[in-house]
Amino acid sequence: MSVYIQNFMKFRPLLNELVSRDVKIKYRRSVLGVLWTLLNPLMMMIILSVVFSNLFKFDIENFPLYLLSGQIIFNFYNDATSNAMSAVIGNAALIKKVYVPKYLFVISRVFSSFINLLASFTALMLVMIATRAELHWTVLLSVIPLALLVALSLGIGLALAALTVKFRDIMHLYSVFVTALMYLTPVIYPMSILPGWLYKIVMLNPLTNILTMFRSVMFNNTVFGMGDLILAVIETAVFLAAGLYIFYKNQDEFILNI
Amino acid sequence: MENEVIIKVEHVSMKFNLATEKFDSFKEYVIRSIKKQISYNEFWALKDVSFEVKKGDSLGLIGLNGSGKSTMLKTIAGVLKPTKGSVTVYGTVAPLIELGAGFDFDLTARENIYLNGAILGYSREMMREYYEDIVDFSELREFMDVPVKNFSSGMVSRLAFAIATIGTPDILIVDEVLSVGDFRFQEKCHARIRRMMEHGTTILFVSHSIDQVKSICNKIIWLERGSMKRFGDAEPICKEYSES
Repeated sequence: MSVYIQNFMKFRPLLNELVSRDVKIKYRRSVLGVLWTLLNPLMMMIILSVVFSNLFKFDIENFPLYLLSGQIIFNFYNDATSNAMSAVIGNAALIKKVYVPKYLFVISRVFSSFINLLASFTALMLVMIATRAELHWTVLLSVIPLALLVALSLGIGLALAALTVKFRDIMHLYSVFVTALMYLTPVIYPMSILPGWLYKIVMLNPLTNILTMFRSVMFNNTVFGMGDLILAVIETAVFLAAGLYIFYKNQDEFILNI
Repeated sequence: MENEVIIKVEHVSMKFNLATEKFDSFKEYVIRSIKKQISYNEFWALKDVSFEVKKGDSLGLIGLNGSGKSTMLKTIAGVLKPTKGSVTVYGTVAPLIELGAGFDFDLTARENIYLNGAILGYSREMMREYYEDIVDFSELREFMDVPVKNFSSGMVSRLAFAIATIGTPDILIVDEVLSVGDFRFQEKCHARIRRMMEHGTTILFVSHSIDQVKSICNKIIWLERGSMKRFGDAEPICKEYSES
């Protein structure tokens, strides 16, 4: 175990460089540069708020915020896992020639998405202030669902990255899967409109639980129940362990397939 | 100290599956597994190779194309894991396998220095110390803020060589890279490799130019179709190789 930690410490600078590269390249040659990480979600949110506060009327207090929080969580999941999926294939040239711990590429992609998540989170706070929504101290607890979300996405990302090397079909299949998953996550609709059988399916989705926790601390001034927290932690741990296991088992064969 | 073993290669064999028809998709894989149609042509790139390299030695790998030289280097660098046998390396390895592999061509030369250094496992502080040295050696001072995609291949390899040879790694792997750059730069590279050898760095060197090998190495491995044909002192093997 200590060998792994030592190795990780040696290559930690690489993680920083990879993340900063992702951010730099994304905004290279744009006038506003890194400011776009904040501006982009903010503008999206303004449009969504305007559209949805006039168009749909679910029986939800402050529907725009409900929708935006769902979007933040789901977009991060989508972004992180989709990017992580191509992390190994995308760095094929490097993996073939130099020894680097391969999971670093996956982690770096998830971290880059996390930076975007932080920006969207800031944008959400700005929207909350602008719409004069109440801010409660429980907002601080949002760290917990967000941390769980990152760990969950990392686990799934690791598994996807490893499997995609073998079967490229997954890349195409996954975008379809994500679309289905979005409708199985209460991003747009409230849980209360779901018929019984569908409610159960939606509850099986680990994102639902995390999202509900996030919303309750952000808007409702209520702390999530202990049961929900434990369930989310277990689900995340299972996905993370499975992802690590799949990645670890396959990593020596990457080079033969990329 | 001089006789410390730094690389130990024990009975290494490397198998590649050359799938007769490459399948990338899941559907194909399933159908073919059911029909039991997956056939591989096994190809042994290395067959039972064993040798030891001592600290301060410089080992040349010679052989024809496809004799397994690069595969051997990749197993030592840790990129490939041998199918059988084991490779033990006591120390840090600086790979020079195909220069510029670690570059991101959209980034500037300056950013690439830090990125590439990190790939080799150096921290940012350490790279800052060596920054001037790299810029001087590569002679690219006025191009440091230019994206590497606009570099010529010679410029790329100069920069990559300068980065890979900073500090004194325990082992330096050089895979046919000295053929790049103009004559004067090649001389400079040679000089630098010599200086590293004097500091106790072990060199693994692959080249098709027997003269280059002779001038740098004191030990030689001659590979033929994945098997080790000769291993020993440079002089006699070079002679035999030139005559074959």
